[in-house]
Amino acid sequence: MAKAVVRAGLVVVSLVWALAAQAVLAADLGSFVKEGSKAAGLSACVEPTEIMRRDHMELIEHQRDETVHGGIRGTKHSLAGCIDCHVSTGSDGQAVPANGPDQFCGACHAFAAVTVNCFDCHASVPNGGPVSESGVAAHQTAGIAVAGGGPAVKGQ
Amino acid sequence: MNHHEDKIDGERRAFFGVAAGVSAGLVAPGVVLHAVSAAPRSEPVTDAVRWGLLIDTTKCADGCRACVDACDQENGLDLQSKPEGQSEAEWDRQKSVWIRKVKLQDNQTGRVTNLPLMCQHCEHPPCVDVCPTGASFKRADGIVMVDRHTCIGCRYCMMACPYKARSFIHETIHGQLTRVPRGKGCVESCNLCVHRRDFGTASTACVDACAAEGHNALTFGDLNDPESPISQALKAMPSRQIREDLALNTGVRYSGI
Repeated sequence: MAKAVVRAGLVVVSLVWALAAQAVLAADLGSFVKEGSKAAGLSACVEPTEIMRRDHMELIEHQRDETVHGGIRGTKHSLAGCIDCHVSTGSDGQAVPANGPDQFCGACHAFAAVTVNCFDCHASVPNGGPVSESGVAAHQTAGIAVAGGGPAVKGQ
Repeated sequence: MNHHEDKIDGERRAFFGVAAGVSAGLVAPGVVLHAVSAAPRSEPVTDAVRWGLLIDTTKCADGCRACVDACDQENGLDLQSKPEGQSEAEWDRQKSVWIRKVKLQDNQTGRVTNLPLMCQHCEHPPCVDVCPTGASFKRADGIVMVDRHTCIGCRYCMMACPYKARSFIHETIHGQLTRVPRGKGCVESCNLCVHRRDFGTASTACVDACAAEGHNALTFGDLNDPESPISQALKAMPSRQIREDLALNTGVRYSGI
């Protein structure tokens, strides 16, 4: 009987720890919204938090086809948009890759034991605007009007 | 009084609705087809435009690599470096190249022609025909490109391309640009600066660089629009497709060859 009580106690303690670990993880992730970004002024991400936690990969996968084949760039489900808002800044003022082991993408994916392949190709920190800076300079030198381009415009 | 105002309001609304519809119907076809949008694209591309390049080889200077360098910077090709232990010759063969500077010499006359050779953006692209996964595709606006999400790196398209336009990424890449995601194991080639098309910039990096050098050998534009500079230039001067015999109807045309 005493053994059973001890076992039940151990199970309860481990459950509490598991829940606490998740709560701590969630609390940590809450801080990975970039200050001054679009996300900082919003109560939830581009969709309600529950949907984002469970289905963000579906949203990104659907968006990638529309972007690659249809050229649609200005939508809210873009991976570049995720990075813009959720990348954190290190003590040296440089952006820290979002797939790092203690970062927004990396921490959760490590916890869930799911490999994230996005950043094999995609930038894990905001890197460059829609047009290269030298490209803009060449535009100006050649007297060609830049319609809507320029490094100030953030890539979505 | 209130009833009277409501009645007038209703009539005005109906009138404005009809007027707006009629004027939109009159104005929209011209504006929508040819306007260069400043905001990021929100509607799928259509075949109303077909992007193309015209290269005047008589203006292309010997030794100038401005277009190649601009392409490398714009698309992050300068992020690659020679793997340790690889010979220079092998690296030259394997590194990613979207534009090749080609020098032609007519052995009978000795006339030398310089030209940049990139993906020719065929209307009937052989690379798309052979792709086993559908990763190599032609966008509605005529840009031939690779969907790297579905590319398995088999390199059939590299074999099929008559222009040697495609490259394979052999090594892991770090520090990618947000505008050009690229990584190991996929094939890639010139996509006419597709991000510039979608963000509403007027030309490509190579065209800008050539103009900045003062050569103006490259013209970029919409082949479907008879008023565009490229269509006017094609109308005015003789031009050719490379490997016309293959009947691929390339989007990149050359004059002076």
